[in-house]
Amino acid sequence: MKVGVVTFPGSLDDRDAARAVRAVGGEAVSLWHGDADLLGVDAVILPGGFSYGDYLRCGAIARFAPVMDALVPAAQGGLPVLGICNGFQVLCESHLLPGALIRNDHRKFNCVDQRLVVENASTAWTSDFEAGQEITVVLKNGEGGFVADERTLDELEGEGRVVFRYAGDNPNGSYRAIAGISNDRGNIVGLMPHPEHCVEEGYGPSTDGLPFFTSVLRQVVSAS
Amino acid sequence: MGHVVIDVMLKPEILDPQGQAVNGALPRLGFEQFTDVRQGKRFVLTVDGEVTDEVLAAAREAAEKLLSNPVIEDVVSVRDSAHDEDPGR
Repeated sequence: MKVGVVTFPGSLDDRDAARAVRAVGGEAVSLWHGDADLLGVDAVILPGGFSYGDYLRCGAIARFAPVMDALVPAAQGGLPVLGICNGFQVLCESHLLPGALIRNDHRKFNCVDQRLVVENASTAWTSDFEAGQEITVVLKNGEGGFVADERTLDELEGEGRVVFRYAGDNPNGSYRAIAGISNDRGNIVGLMPHPEHCVEEGYGPSTDGLPFFTSVLRQVVSAS
Repeated sequence: MGHVVIDVMLKPEILDPQGQAVNGALPRLGFEQFTDVRQGKRFVLTVDGEVTDEVLAAAREAAEKLLSNPVIEDVVSVRDSAHDEDPGR
């Protein structure tokens, strides 16, 4: 069971993502932004950070990196892909997920332990959660406000593609308090909070990040 | 050398926190008459030679594909800077 973790120039959390994969018994494979090759992995994580300095728009330049030429068709074909924070922004810029992320409405960088409600526990990355379960994971970003037009928001809600919603106060002005979404097939998931920082006691507010990674391992094993 | 000027603005319905920050600062400087600020982006693309129709078409394509995100932004202008009084270079 191999999970690829892409490193772009400016990625920060690729090592933590790889560590989270190993924590649940998976093999983490480093993927390089400049290579249009997924090295035969069974799933891919686009990690957090500030790819290409977040210049132009967050994720806008990473979207055209060679690795994305391989990843976009693979994701469209059903490969499980998780975009965390900057990775979520890359997925939106790639049009693999709808909407966009803009600057937090309060204009400050968030760095908090954030409560979330898991609204959809049937995606490739959330099947080890219960629908309606509340979890706490780290949220740390300056441009985490999820926006989309009303029609898209209604579509996401109607099709059960709002995977995570912020519990308590909305931390960044995201429309309808949306923290994470999926594509219609449920293999592509993006969220702003960071489950990969919450996989070991003593290093974060919880170990609520673990089920993300156990879910995808189980999904891949049952699919193969 | 020619220059193509491209202006990109956030769509009107998208919140503009940067514009709001500027809007909040203006009254403190005594500019009381402005009720809102929206902040956009300008790109100046340089080519060897003239800005031809082909160059403008390529610039339009680049503007749609990379320089703007159609989900949140509009490309409001793509033009030859030679026609600008103030090309903003």
